[in-house]
Amino acid sequence: MIEQVPIQHVLIVTTLMFFIGIYGFLTRKNLITMLISVEIMLNAVNLNFVFFDFYLFPGKLEGHFFSLFVIAIAAAEAAVAIAIFINLYRNIRSINVEEVDKMKY
Amino acid sequence: MENFEFAYWIVLLPFLSFALVGLAGSKLPKQFAGLLATTAIAISTVLSIVVAYNYFFTMFSMADYKPVIASEITWLHFTDSLSIKLGVLLDPISVMMLLVISIVSLMVFIYSLGYMKEEEGFNRYFSFLSLFSFSMLGLVVATNLFQMYMFWELVGVSSYLLIGFYYQKPEAVAASKKAFIVTRFADLGFLIGILILSYYSGTFDFILLTDPEGFASLHGITSTFLGFSALTWALILIFIGGAGKSAMFPLHIWLPDAMEGPTPVSALIHAATMVVAGVYLVARLFPLYSFGSPNSLEVVAFIGAFTTLFAAVIACTQADIKRILAFSTMSQIGYMMLALGVSGYAADGLGFTASLFHLFTHAFFKALLFLGAGAIIHAVHTNTIFEMGGLRKYQPITHITFLIACLAISGIPPFAGFFSKDEILSAAFASHPIYFGIALLVAGLTAFYMFRLYFIVFWGKEKVYDHPPHEAPVVMLIPMIVLAIGSVVAGFVPFGNFVSSNSQPFYTHLEWPVAIASVVVASIGIFTAWRFYKKESPLPEKTATSMGGLYTSAKGKFYIDELYLLITRNIIFQYVSRPIAWFDRNVIDATMNFISTLTNWISEEIKEFQSGQLQRYAFIFFAGVLILMLTFLYAQS
Repeated sequence: MIEQVPIQHVLIVTTLMFFIGIYGFLTRKNLITMLISVEIMLNAVNLNFVFFDFYLFPGKLEGHFFSLFVIAIAAAEAAVAIAIFINLYRNIRSINVEEVDKMKY
Repeated sequence: MENFEFAYWIVLLPFLSFALVGLAGSKLPKQFAGLLATTAIAISTVLSIVVAYNYFFTMFSMADYKPVIASEITWLHFTDSLSIKLGVLLDPISVMMLLVISIVSLMVFIYSLGYMKEEEGFNRYFSFLSLFSFSMLGLVVATNLFQMYMFWELVGVSSYLLIGFYYQKPEAVAASKKAFIVTRFADLGFLIGILILSYYSGTFDFILLTDPEGFASLHGITSTFLGFSALTWALILIFIGGAGKSAMFPLHIWLPDAMEGPTPVSALIHAATMVVAGVYLVARLFPLYSFGSPNSLEVVAFIGAFTTLFAAVIACTQADIKRILAFSTMSQIGYMMLALGVSGYAADGLGFTASLFHLFTHAFFKALLFLGAGAIIHAVHTNTIFEMGGLRKYQPITHITFLIACLAISGIPPFAGFFSKDEILSAAFASHPIYFGIALLVAGLTAFYMFRLYFIVFWGKEKVYDHPPHEAPVVMLIPMIVLAIGSVVAGFVPFGNFVSSNSQPFYTHLEWPVAIASVVVASIGIFTAWRFYKKESPLPEKTATSMGGLYTSAKGKFYIDELYLLITRNIIFQYVSRPIAWFDRNVIDATMNFISTLTNWISEEIKEFQSGQLQRYAFIFFAGVLILMLTFLYAQS
């Protein structure tokens, strides 16, 4: 029986991951890196699901399933996002988020 | 009991032809549309004659006519005590009116087939004319005040449409608007009168309203306003509606201008039928006027007497053939109103019978005069009588029929006008010497202005015409001849046997002194006209000069139009409309404008917020989440 990792450590890791994701999302200009940042946030949430399930409801699997759902949805979301980026690139020859500002007043 | 089930077809047939001709528009061939409308009205006429025959001779055989409701439907049902019905009421006056309206309509329809042949919008004309016949017939058979009001407005609309028939002519458009606004204004009085009356009596129904015993409840009305009972006010207001439609002073200003419409329309609407609707209205409610409020009847008599003199004086000075006839119409309707106003009930009902008798005969000869005027205008293309002259050689038949009509309206025996006018004069004689004096004077003036017209147009010196005037086509002459026969024989109808204030036979006889006086006065009028206008003579000029101001002001129609303009433009527009317009522009509109300007300004200021920059949105979103979270955490602790 390995010694259990204390929950504080886990939470520190996931919080860090989440805010790294936010930071990336707000500062990167390349749409693909922004997408990667979103994935990091999602994975932080997934870890949270798994660990809270493990600590709070041992022997049950709802949290695990939920994170599986999130992964599936993240895959779909990535596919859609990349399809949009490709179309965007075809139209404006750029995937710089600052140049994608057609939808304004 | 005779069956009058079919009577509603009299009203319905013109409506069907209106709908058919109106909807088909110009797709229908001209001749077919005209013939269709004429056939419909012809069938209506035949049915009216059948109804009249059954009603007067078969059903009641000369005694004690009872009102019959031939058919009735409930049109709007609000509550058990308040519902509006449409139906066909037959009683002596409505049957008489049906007869007059359908016969004159038929004549005018036939005449129009010839008169309007060359006109643009021939089908439109016939559909409007059918609409008019429908509304007028519906008006006279109305079973209740509300139905009458609806059809009253419908005749107003069709009159408006037909006056404005030549809508490219600005005068015609102005005249149609004037007619509509003035009569609408009067109808406002009518509507308020109806509401007051039905509020107190609890019914719209004519049979209940005019039953001498039935409206006993109305005597109990104690509420008064400015010293008159509510009933008097209601009846005076209703009379204002009638006065507007019948062009009584001071609501007469629309009628002379209404002559801008086609001449057959003037004959039908503005001479024979619609303008007597006011007389019919008062006659319809006569027991109410007579018992409920003698005061309001005095108003009727006074207005009638004033208008008859006023219009007759103006008619002597006008130069437009149709306007002379228009003023003559006003004058004759004033006669009818006067007779109604001086009439009593039952045994004193001479004025009532006389008034409707005059309505009956007047319809024939005035329609004939207008149709004759139409034939003349058709031939010489002008309305001014001084540009006509010597037409008797070119238009012999028009000449003869016109002469008959002139004799009839002047009251020369044995033509129709003599008998009815004699009864009116007798009724006026029995009431008040002033009324009698006015009526007698007007009889003389009528003879004068009619024969002035006649001598100038048919004798006079021949003028230079663009092309030699021609006699009207046969299709126009036939109605004129029929009406001329009517103008001769209509006076011999023993009218009092059929129509009287209490539906009992009322026997009239010639009052010899009155009859002789009227004939003498009329002869003086004709003789004067003959001296003045048979040949070119300096006499009219001299007389006009010696009359001075009277002549000029009569020629200017006593400046009533100008007075109206002064009142509306300088007082109402200046002191009422202008401030209202100012308020509308500077307060109401300004508030709305301020709100929109404010919104616009705010949106201009904040629109930069939507920059299209995704990361800026995301930053604001996350910052918001963070702030909310911190707020909740802080609030928790």
